[in-house]
Amino acid sequence: MAEILRFATAGSVDDGKSTLIGRLLYDTKTIFQDQMDAVEKASENLGSEGPNLALLTDGLRAEREQGITIDVAYRYFATPKRKFIIADTPGHIQYTRNMVTGASTADLAIVLLDARKGVVEQSKRHAFLASLLRIPHLVLAVNKMDLVDYSEEQFNKVADEFREFATRLDISDLTFIPVSALMGDNVVDRSEHMEWYDGPTLLTHLEQVHIASDRNMIDVRFPVQYVLRPQTEEYHDFRGFAGTVAGGVMKPGDEVMVLPSGFTSRIATIETLDGPVAEAFAPMAVTVTLDDEIDISRGDMLCRPNNQPDVTQDLDAMICWMTSDAKFEPRMKLAIKHTTRTARVMVKEVNYRLDINTLHRDEESEVLELNEIGRVTLRSTQPLFIDEYRRNRTTGSFILIDEHTNTTVGAGMILGVAE
Amino acid sequence: MAYELSHLRELEAESIHIFREVASEFERPALMFSGGKDSIVMLRLAEKAFHPCKIPFPVLHVDTGHNFPEVIEFRDRRLAEVGARLIVGSVQERIDNGSLKEEPGLNPSRNQLQTPVLLESIEENEFDALFGGARRDEEKARAKERVYSFRDDFGQWDPKNQRPELWSLYNGRIRKGEHIRVFPISNWTELDIWQYIEAEKIEIPEIYYSHQREVVERDGMLIATGPFNTLADGEKAYTETVRYRTIGCMTVTGAVESDADDIAKVIAEVAGTRITERGATRADDRVSEAAMEDRKKEGYF
Repeated sequence: MAEILRFATAGSVDDGKSTLIGRLLYDTKTIFQDQMDAVEKASENLGSEGPNLALLTDGLRAEREQGITIDVAYRYFATPKRKFIIADTPGHIQYTRNMVTGASTADLAIVLLDARKGVVEQSKRHAFLASLLRIPHLVLAVNKMDLVDYSEEQFNKVADEFREFATRLDISDLTFIPVSALMGDNVVDRSEHMEWYDGPTLLTHLEQVHIASDRNMIDVRFPVQYVLRPQTEEYHDFRGFAGTVAGGVMKPGDEVMVLPSGFTSRIATIETLDGPVAEAFAPMAVTVTLDDEIDISRGDMLCRPNNQPDVTQDLDAMICWMTSDAKFEPRMKLAIKHTTRTARVMVKEVNYRLDINTLHRDEESEVLELNEIGRVTLRSTQPLFIDEYRRNRTTGSFILIDEHTNTTVGAGMILGVAE
Repeated sequence: MAYELSHLRELEAESIHIFREVASEFERPALMFSGGKDSIVMLRLAEKAFHPCKIPFPVLHVDTGHNFPEVIEFRDRRLAEVGARLIVGSVQERIDNGSLKEEPGLNPSRNQLQTPVLLESIEENEFDALFGGARRDEEKARAKERVYSFRDDFGQWDPKNQRPELWSLYNGRIRKGEHIRVFPISNWTELDIWQYIEAEKIEIPEIYYSHQREVVERDGMLIATGPFNTLADGEKAYTETVRYRTIGCMTVTGAVESDADDIAKVIAEVAGTRITERGATRADDRVSEAAMEDRKKEGYF
């Protein structure tokens, strides 16, 4: 059966992002007749000529009236090979916050470049955020090829320009595809105008890109989410630790260590409603039983004795600040949610603020404002069991919550233990 | 080395994670259950999340009084099997005691009346989290709603002021009186639901499969005749081979002509269809382009 590919698209009003998504949905026959009818009707009401494919993705009335997109929207389509989940993020001021949100779960990002304009500031910003969020695969869709006479030379020029910028980023898989979202070239159907291009169409690439090895199958990490004790006759002594595997492969018989207590035991069984399973790996949701009776509760973590995460109260992390209600500044206190652990943190220091357009590090800055990104150190009230974000996106990420407004105000990616 | 999950198993794992997260972090959650296929899948996922324990929260049904009898029978039987406690919020009771008023007209929809009953049930039982079976592929407003959808004291959704939601880290912090609507199957599509029902051999009410039924054509839809349906002048009832794609009130849910009498045929039909399920069969969502957005803001599911 098909697997899932989650991808993020980012862009602004004019670069054809909505048209590209509309084209993917339309050409894969995902758009239903009543949705198309609604779009045609709405296009007429707005006085546009022909159906405006962008309206397929602009959901709320407030957005249609104001002609803006206010938030991340999720879209779905499937081919016989894969099921796709698109996190569609808008490109206006709230852009950083939204793209970080959409990118956090993505396996792949599509960054659109206008073939006429080449690499502009915004495309650099998109690519940087994709690399910051460790999206394993990046696709540069060089769009509007129809407006440059499908020129190979122009395509290569734009691609080279981007490649040069990308050397400053940490991107493992970079793919360039010449497309025209408007005309449908190389989106789903192969273009008849670019014989010089022998790579895959965008959809073929999305169907074929290898993502199975992106997940960490080496470091066993099992954050305990919920303890199951039925206390019924049938399951008299049953004590199961329910959770979602965050890394590695777990098998019955494996020796495990419990954090923070440090006790060790062996996995007795891995249970599901459908019966025990022989192994569990990310992102399976299972229930583990152990050979020994050990006191374990939510927020604890199972790992291997010879492969443990860092146990620390001092975090070195990149933060994206997501609120205008308050500035992120030293001595500030916040709630932190990291895997299944919740604690409080105090901001120790803002080491630098990163200008996401120039990648310049501003070491003078001591605060972060809305949509700013910086490297910071935090001290938590309890030890957390962390990995580097680049090694494990689950045990390497956290959110920060304002304890007064209860809203999510920050997203964090762990670099390591703070000195 | 094939450590890959099929799309259904990955969706299932994501949903189970959400169920467990809510059960851990909230005091008084409840599962909204309508007897429709999505809520039946939700019940199955909740069983999976807590096995071998019983589901650690009650089930809430907002009953409009205009349900299909087959669905109510199914609800009671299935919940008894699972051992879940049922709480019913009754629209009929509120109409009978005068606290709610039936809309005027020949065959009034009780869709709008569900919202106050739901909000009352939440207050009475002090629920702080309510699981709902909404999917993002259903409708434009839902495409932008979070898995954890924050609701204020009035149960309102504010689309412009949603909490960012990153990775699988859900923020469930609320003040007293507020609550979170939780949508564990946000990322499932209609086809995923059907494929899962097939893969898991899940029983669903038989009206989802092709059967003979007396219907009347109204606003381009086939509406079942029955005790809640008064025929207007000129309307003619006739028998047709139909099935339901969604289940709501008998008075507003349209049947579709179909010969699909088993799950494989239903899947083939869904995969080949060109109209969304809500567009095809729900008069309540067709009222205006922004119908769902408006109702959600008022506290609807």
